Amino acid sequence: MKYDSAGRKLFLVVNYIILTFLALTMLLPFLNVIAQSFSSPGAIDRGEVMFWPVEFTFAYYQHVFNDISIWRAFGISVYITLFGTFINLAATASLAYPLSRPEYVGRKTIMIIILMTMIFTAPLIPQFILMRELNLVNTLWSLMLPSAISAFNLFVLRTFFTQIPSELIDSSRIDGCSEIRTLWSIVLPLSKPALATVGIFYSVTNWNKYMDALYYINDRAKYPLQVKLRELLVNEGLTDTGNLAFEASSQSVQGIQMAVILVATVPIILLYPFLQRFFIHGMMIGSIKE
Amino acid sequence: MAEPSKAAAVSPRLEGKIDNRRRILGFMWKYRALYFISLPGLLFFGLFKYVPLMGSVIAFQNYNLFAGVTGSPWVGLEHFQRMFQHYDFLKILRNTLLLGTYDILFAFTAPIVLALLLNEVRQVVYKKIVQTIFYAPHFLSWVIVSGIFVGILSPSSGIVNVMLGWFGIDPIYFLGEDSYIRTVLVGSGLWRDVGWGTIIYLAALAGINPDLYEASEIDGAGRWRQTLSITLPALLPVITILFLLKIGDFMDYGFERVFVFQNPLNIQSSEILDTYIYKAGLQQLQYSYATAIGVFKSVVGLFLISIANTISKKATGESLY
Repeated sequence: MKYDSAGRKLFLVVNYIILTFLALTMLLPFLNVIAQSFSSPGAIDRGEVMFWPVEFTFAYYQHVFNDISIWRAFGISVYITLFGTFINLAATASLAYPLSRPEYVGRKTIMIIILMTMIFTAPLIPQFILMRELNLVNTLWSLMLPSAISAFNLFVLRTFFTQIPSELIDSSRIDGCSEIRTLWSIVLPLSKPALATVGIFYSVTNWNKYMDALYYINDRAKYPLQVKLRELLVNEGLTDTGNLAFEASSQSVQGIQMAVILVATVPIILLYPFLQRFFIHGMMIGSIKE
Repeated sequence: MAEPSKAAAVSPRLEGKIDNRRRILGFMWKYRALYFISLPGLLFFGLFKYVPLMGSVIAFQNYNLFAGVTGSPWVGLEHFQRMFQHYDFLKILRNTLLLGTYDILFAFTAPIVLALLLNEVRQVVYKKIVQTIFYAPHFLSWVIVSGIFVGILSPSSGIVNVMLGWFGIDPIYFLGEDSYIRTVLVGSGLWRDVGWGTIIYLAALAGINPDLYEASEIDGAGRWRQTLSITLPALLPVITILFLLKIGDFMDYGFERVFVFQNPLNIQSSEILDTYIYKAGLQQLQYSYATAIGVFKSVVGLFLISIANTISKKATGESLY
């Protein structure tokens, strides 16, 4: 390090400039959204709002918090995130555990069968027809059951379970534990970091769920937040018909949209510090194969 | 309880086949609880993954909801013919291929470059801060990403056009013109996922033996030389595998990310197979036709991945299977 050449020093300076610039391009759009959500319609419209609120106002948030349909959509998203993630973890762990045991005859074949589903995905329509046949269309189950297990997360958990010493599992069997008891009292408590990783991946997916709702939910009262959000973004002007409609309808539309975007993002931001602790490690175990 | 020896199932003792089978069945019975636990998960993959996969056969039928798969008439390749004759199909296919190509050119290579740049940073605190910022957008849904981009790209109040105005450039309506939509799609994808993509490369970089660098330094190699001769070769297996996976997804540009940016003004350039399947299938109820397009998409994807895999196996020795 002491003997850095001039060229190397120049490179390091340029490198820091590039990375800082990139980090700013990631960050500044967020700051712009936050600033707009607190700025007066006039200031937004004149293009005066950069990264700090101009003519501070709470009006958009009041509007958002007074809208019952937004609260309902928020509640549905919370529900599928909590209950859906519980289903995700229960289903994933209960398959990952047997697949991690050498006593489970045929686990290689089953692993290949599961791996195949990552390569061959069924077209949309047969999936939709299945959901219809199962009478799951227009129910919240359609947002939780078809995505109960992700093959990637399954392999993450399985890899983690394999690392638990078999002596431990054998001794619990000798002590008279049933397999279910062993899984519940020995394996799962030891796997808290892996369960947290996988759980966080699942909950982000559940919170962000949009496509499934678009396909399977027609009843507006059952829209999760992302669909509601999309509806607000489109109906109130900007995306679909362009700016003309937005300018004609109401001046505060963009502010409301930015406020809604933030309301939908806050839960993820709150989760992020926990998230970051786990996901890197999780990605690593997920990428290791036998 | 007898010891659960692993050897019991695979004992190479000279016994008849039937005897061996009975031993395995006995072994399975002993661990029946394991099979019981795995049942819901197996059912899940059977029902939600394999049943719809088999359901793809409706691409060769005139599927009728009330008659079902067994009662609907078979029509052979009619829907596939119709697909290729449709005047819009080639345009949609072209859009899909173009977006896939741009995505490989930019979204695939950018994380490699970014990981190499991050790897040169020695200040731990700085590195942690920028990495935290780089990863964050990945956790936002496409709906939110589109909302943010619509906001910052707005012609009247968007920050991008305000900044362009400083240089005397007239406002550009990025989302309202065919000519910009691909740039917006690829750019927003980069913004959201470039940092996330670096994770796996950074891990591979951390795994390189530092002795290699030390030895090469003694031999007089500079940093650039080391990057070419040590770092990149060490990354090559990871790059190859990820590239193969990416090729497999070539036609899967992603319904969601395109759909949320689509509007009537940019549809000529933004309609891709996935969005078209949704419209033809679920909005216009042309079930068999939409499935045929889906099957076509999967077959092309499979074809691409097997070619890439064969080439890679010959050229680098790395392959998916």
